[in-house]
Amino acid sequence: MNLFKYASPQTFYPLAGKLIPWFAVGAAILIIYGLYIGLLVAPTDFQQGDSYRIIYVHVPAAWFSMFLYVVMCGYAILGLSLNAKLSYMMAKSIAPTGAMFTVVALVTGATWGKPTWGAWWVWDARLTSELILLFLYLGYMSLQAAIDDTRRSDRASAILAIVGVINVPIIYFSVKWWNTLHQGSSINMTSSPTMASIMLKGMLIMALGFWLYSVAVIFARVRREIEDRERQSAWINKLEA
Amino acid sequence: MYWETMQDFWHMGGYGFYVWLSFGVTFFCMAIELLLLRARRLNNEKAKDLL
Repeated sequence: MNLFKYASPQTFYPLAGKLIPWFAVGAAILIIYGLYIGLLVAPTDFQQGDSYRIIYVHVPAAWFSMFLYVVMCGYAILGLSLNAKLSYMMAKSIAPTGAMFTVVALVTGATWGKPTWGAWWVWDARLTSELILLFLYLGYMSLQAAIDDTRRSDRASAILAIVGVINVPIIYFSVKWWNTLHQGSSINMTSSPTMASIMLKGMLIMALGFWLYSVAVIFARVRREIEDRERQSAWINKLEA
Repeated sequence: MYWETMQDFWHMGGYGFYVWLSFGVTFFCMAIELLLLRARRLNNEKAKDLL
């Protein structure tokens, strides 16, 4: 099987259309199951009380705000190096979902910070770098929208996405490098998790649900992008809606 | 099931406002994203019909 075949909009368009319902249904099932564990099954936290339940949405949203940026950057690199149209469309389609998860991470962080720290917002390294991530997403989207010529806007915004990726490790390691009010990570790649397994399970299921949600939404957006860009091509007008 | 009564569930040990606000914001944002995408799809379908 030649995977590069799917790098062309013409073959990716119907493939994405077929895959979207599966990702969407999977996302719905996992998110409902995650909510069930997080809100109904998991016990309260002995230190934080029930305010800790915010992590079931906060942590997955924060993870995907960063992860999607890295993926967007990856497609930007692919686009620039191979001059692949579909890569640029992927990068462009990831940005709004990444920005949405960044907003969710920031807002749910504030609603957790208020009862826990006594403040909606503090200028700590973790919070500040996450806010910068939002500005990077918005900057990328504005730059895309500001240049009329698609090829130029793709390339200019790809460079912005690549330069901005330096912020992702800064967010990730901020709680180690600086003395932040934000707590350190409960899960990392070098040691076993420091949280109860049922809580961990709920959080990972929500994260998986957010992942499938992201794929479904991004694929749908790529399809819209293909429609916009290929409106003059013969193949797209032959397709049935 | 962790909760004994419905009241306890809504109350969230005194953190109800913050917990429900955060879950509400999360799914509100996702719903907005889905609605915007749907609007774009309908718009593109209409544009196609005009051709």
